[in-house]
Amino acid sequence: MTAENWDSVVDVASGILLAAGALLSLGAAIGMVRFPDLMSRMHAASKPQVLGMFLVLVALGLQLRTWVVWPVLLLAWLFQLLTVPISAHMISRAGYRTKHRHPELLSEDELAAVVAKAGEKKTAE
Amino acid sequence: MSPHRRKIRLLQEIPLLIWLVLVWAVLWQDFSPGTLLFGALLALAVTRVFYLPPVQLSGRFNVPRAALFTLEVLSRTAWASLQVTWVALVQGPKVRNAVLRVPLRSHSDLILTAVGHVSSWIPGSMVVDVDRSTSTLYLHALNVHTPQDAAKVRADVRRIEAKLILIMGSKAEVLRLKAEKAEQAGKVQA
Repeated sequence: MTAENWDSVVDVASGILLAAGALLSLGAAIGMVRFPDLMSRMHAASKPQVLGMFLVLVALGLQLRTWVVWPVLLLAWLFQLLTVPISAHMISRAGYRTKHRHPELLSEDELAAVVAKAGEKKTAE
Repeated sequence: MSPHRRKIRLLQEIPLLIWLVLVWAVLWQDFSPGTLLFGALLALAVTRVFYLPPVQLSGRFNVPRAALFTLEVLSRTAWASLQVTWVALVQGPKVRNAVLRVPLRSHSDLILTAVGHVSSWIPGSMVVDVDRSTSTLYLHALNVHTPQDAAKVRADVRRIEAKLILIMGSKAEVLRLKAEKAEQAGKVQA
């Protein structure tokens, strides 16, 4: 294969990856509109941040065409991987204890009793 | 420094120091000795000023298993992303969820954190609360209508934990896991 051929192969591949990453964001947006409460929306919202980010970063790496950027892109993804679950956890933890808990949307809730008990202990003190 | 702080041995800190030096070099996109040396100095300074309790590593890490697990997590994330989109389209406001209690086998902070992270990466489950003293995760799971769905989510998280123990758990944990598996196999046969 000639260099030009390779160039277009890389272009097409990164195009597909970018489109796939964007589609994940679309899926997340649909989830944000359709889901009824904070917690289920969080599932949709944290979705493109793992796989979508991965696809877009790989596309970027292919397009930039130098090997030096790959470690930087990997680092960007790793930090995203480390921080996304924590922010999702903090938001849902806070949401669960405030008006964002909707028991009618839960088929099962094994945390409610634990939180209630902890609350009782606090007021007793 | 307060007298209550446990002293960390340099050996325990080395993985963290190497990681910090690597981050520094990657950010500068330069791996020359000068950058690495300055990075090492900075890493030492950072770990002295921003003190954190040491991460207790088990001393074993299975690279082939870790590589397989990474591929599995990526493919499951892709599949679960499609499922969440499908649930959003089909069920939307009628979706039912559950907050489930999943007790883990391991009491290692590292495994607990890793299981929490992996189950959060895979769309459809999210950590709402953690009880560190009993090593229990409380997960919010999307699209759980029946107790069978709930049991599936719990078993899934326990399976992720088993895989992580096989990758980087301590020897004692691996032995306990093997004993548990043997017991289950015995029950199935009997």
